[in-house]
Amino acid sequence: MTDRFRTGDRVRVRTAFPPGHVRTPFYVRGKTGDVVSVAGHYHDPEELAYGRRGAPALALYRVRFTQDELWGSGEAPGDDLVVDLYENWLEAGHG
Amino acid sequence: MAEAHGHDHAHPHQPDIEDAAPSHYQLMTEAVAGLLVEKGVFTADALRAMLEAIDAKSPADGARVVARAWADDAFRTRVLEDVNAAASELGIDAGSIPIRAVANAPGLHNLVVCTLCSCYPRLLIGLPPDWYKSRAYRSRAVREPRAVLREFGLELPTETVVRVHDSTADLRYLVLPERPAGSDSLDEDALAALVTRDCMIGTARPRAPA
Amino acid sequence: MRHLRRHHDMGGLDAGPVDHDHGGALAHDYAPWEKKVDAILRLLSSSGVMTVDELRRGIEELGPGIYDELSYYERWIASVTNILLEKGVIETDELGRRMAEIEAGWGHTP
Repeated sequence: MTDRFRTGDRVRVRTAFPPGHVRTPFYVRGKTGDVVSVAGHYHDPEELAYGRRGAPALALYRVRFTQDELWGSGEAPGDDLVVDLYENWLEAGHG
Repeated sequence: MAEAHGHDHAHPHQPDIEDAAPSHYQLMTEAVAGLLVEKGVFTADALRAMLEAIDAKSPADGARVVARAWADDAFRTRVLEDVNAAASELGIDAGSIPIRAVANAPGLHNLVVCTLCSCYPRLLIGLPPDWYKSRAYRSRAVREPRAVLREFGLELPTETVVRVHDSTADLRYLVLPERPAGSDSLDEDALAALVTRDCMIGTARPRAPA
Repeated sequence: MRHLRRHHDMGGLDAGPVDHDHGGALAHDYAPWEKKVDAILRLLSSSGVMTVDELRRGIEELGPGIYDELSYYERWIASVTNILLEKGVIETDELGRRMAEIEAGWGHTP
C-alpha cells in the first residue's frame, strides 16, 4: 500500500461530522497543516470501535498546525500543535 | 442503592477503603471481574499479576530513561527513534503501544494532552494524574497552553515555541526535557531524581538543586 | 455547529483553571477497585475480547449527562460492562445477581 502523503506535504483535514466514533478532533476539521512524519500504519479505529477488524491498516500521519491556523490567533506567533491523523481524514492542501 | 443497606455491618477487622459501603460501580467491577474469571476469560492469577504490574509502574521508570538520555548521546538517539526499545535496554518493559519522545530544545517546549480521552504513556510512567484527565486541561491545553503552563508555575518567553501534542491515535508521547544547567556533577541516579512526572508531560521543567 | 461537536471532543473549549496537584504533592492514589477496572480492560484487550477503541466508543455513548456525572473509572467500567453484554460475554441477569450477592456479603467476608 502506498501512502498518499509524505513528510512536508500540505494537507487539509476533511470538514466532516460523522456521528460515530472518530479520532479526529473537532478543532482541526477543515484546517490546513503540514505532514511532519508518517507515524506508521494502524487498523482503522472507526471500525475497531464497533468490533470489526479495521483492515486494511491506514497510514497515520503526524500533522502540524500553527496555532494561528487553528484559532485565528495564538498566544504567541510561533506556537504550534501536532495531531495524529489517519489518511481517510486528509486531503491535499494548498497554500 | 448502597445507601439503603450495607452501612450497618460490623467491621471486626481493621477497616480500610474496601470496607466502606461499595458504590454501584465498585460492585459492577467486582461482579464483572468474578464472572470473567469464572468463565475462563482470564484467571484470578492473571488479574492479580496485572494489578501488580500496574502498581509497579511509576514516573521513576521514565525518569531513568530521561537521565540515561542526558548522560549518553547514543542512548538519546535511540530514545528519539523508539522509546520502548530504549527502555527495554534498561530492563523496563514499556509495552507494545509505541511511545514517541518529543525533545525540548533551546527555543522549543513540548506539552502533551489527549483532548478526546486521556491517552498517556501509562505502560512507562504509570496512571495519569487526575488533572490530566480533567475537562479543564483537555479543553484548554490545545488553545491556550501558555496560560495553562502559567497555572503550573511555568512562564515561557514568547521566543520559545510552545508545541502541543494531542495524542489522538496509536502513539503515546513522552517529553524529553532539557538537562538543567548546573547538573554536570550529578550521577545518573541524581539526574533521574530531577525528572518529575510533570517534566515528562511538559507542565514542568527539571531544575538542578541549588 | 455546536450540535456537530460530540461531548467528549472538548479541545479548544473554554474551561476553568486546571486543578493541578502541585507536581503530585496533592495527588491521591487510585482505589483498588479503580486499578482493577484498568486491569480488567488490559486483560480483555490483550486476549482480544474487546479493543480500547470499543472502550472509548462505549464511554462516548454514555452521553453527556452520565459522562460528566461519573468519575473516570466509573465511565470505564460502565463502558466495559455494556460491551461485554453486547458481545454476550456476560448476561444481564447473572451480572445483576452477582452484584446483589457481593453487596449482601460486603463486610462479612474476612
